[in-house]
Amino acid sequence: MGKTKQIDRRWLFLLIFIGVALPLIFTIGLPLETSENVQMVYDLVESMPKGSKALISFDYDPASMPELHPMAKALLKHCFDKEIDLIFTAMWPMGVQMAEDIMAQLQDDYPDLVYGEDYVNLGFKAGGMITIQSMGKNLRKIFPEDMNGNNIDELPIMEGINNFNNISFVFSLSAGAPGIKEWVQIAHDAYGRPTSGGVTGVSAPAMLPYINEQQQLTGLLAGLKAAAEYETLLQAPGTATSGMDSQSIAHLIIIIFIIIGNINYWRNKRAEKKGGK
Amino acid sequence: MEQFFTTLGIWLGALFTFAIFSFLYKDNPFYKTAEQIFVGLSAGYWFVYTIFFILIPNLYNPLTQDFSANWIKLIPAILGLMMLMRLIPKTEWVSRFPISVIIGTTSGVFFLRYLKSDVLNQLTATMINPFIGDSWVTVIGRLMLIVGTICGVIYFYFSKKHTGALGVSAKIGIYFLMVSFGAAFGYTAMARISLLIGRLQFLLGDWLGIIHP
Repeated sequence: MGKTKQIDRRWLFLLIFIGVALPLIFTIGLPLETSENVQMVYDLVESMPKGSKALISFDYDPASMPELHPMAKALLKHCFDKEIDLIFTAMWPMGVQMAEDIMAQLQDDYPDLVYGEDYVNLGFKAGGMITIQSMGKNLRKIFPEDMNGNNIDELPIMEGINNFNNISFVFSLSAGAPGIKEWVQIAHDAYGRPTSGGVTGVSAPAMLPYINEQQQLTGLLAGLKAAAEYETLLQAPGTATSGMDSQSIAHLIIIIFIIIGNINYWRNKRAEKKGGK
Repeated sequence: MEQFFTTLGIWLGALFTFAIFSFLYKDNPFYKTAEQIFVGLSAGYWFVYTIFFILIPNLYNPLTQDFSANWIKLIPAILGLMMLMRLIPKTEWVSRFPISVIIGTTSGVFFLRYLKSDVLNQLTATMINPFIGDSWVTVIGRLMLIVGTICGVIYFYFSKKHTGALGVSAKIGIYFLMVSFGAAFGYTAMARISLLIGRLQFLLGDWLGIIHP
């Protein structure tokens, strides 16, 4: 038995490309189950009374849009449906534009939302953990104006908001640092506010240990699949749900190639042993 | 006019996507061009962004509008200028002072936060009664959490040879670590495929109009 040749990796790229593209055009509708972590986020929002004020931090940029934008959109929809007032901030400079983009997309669904009453965008502030820590003490000092230069004293939504004690929960949409980890460390661990978030798939394993008995994180939306699960819970399928068939097919292709690779590895090893004798 | 620029943006986005994807076949001038444009564009964007969204609102405006209330901002401004001394070889040493301030303050703040969140709270979260749970799945999960944490930490204990009970625990620890590496790989694969899905939704939806997500 001779050594098996390696498959040219470009065939794998092509297969993945086709495997992702075709299910986007011809929908299969593979089943999707809600995981416990996503349910926890959903329940957190559900448990909030009307008029609660939540702080949503957009800690990502366009590079992570495919994963984080759908979950941001789903979460904001849920909050607006529950009539929760939203205060946007950003620890990443481009996060400001991410929040603006989501609001532009939601404008048709929620035409009655009033800026400054139902939501506000405070904008970006450099400093990461230090900034969050200072916000916990005095939010008005860190953000005396919103992103448009309006004095926050003139915005009804900011009435009575001085620090984290006046915030019902914190949610960070995070693609790295500064992001969700810093929010957990300050908003939850230092100020005891319920903290949750959505992260890219790559950073999910590092954040999962924070979902523990201490409830450092109240649930977590990890990657596109979690966004699709959230859309399913809201019964409002969007871009994440439409991408799930492609995700499953691509994973199947990867698994098949991992199995093929391992079989080849053992065959080559056996061939080497026989050749050695 | 706005429609024209939207369409132009979509076409440029599609062409640059193909240029970057072409690298998967082999390195080529289209890929190189797209890469260089991206690097140049990013550098220019960040330069302008830093001036208009960080320096002007946080330093220039406060100092010019109310100097007496904001004079303290001169300290970080001077430290920032000292950092720029790195650009001149003869004055490079000056930048060590702002770097030392950054390292000192960062380590001071981070040490406390990480000690509480990543050590104390994580340890407390594993100090649980594993047999209190509403189902046997929860009990098994809690047991695995305790065993995995202890064995995982034992694997990184290097002051004694891993033999006997210590060796067995370290071996169990390494299996837990392998499972976590596998999960990390799975999440990474999922994330990369998600990015491809995002690009294809753009190409098939925004560009070609075949799908309507």
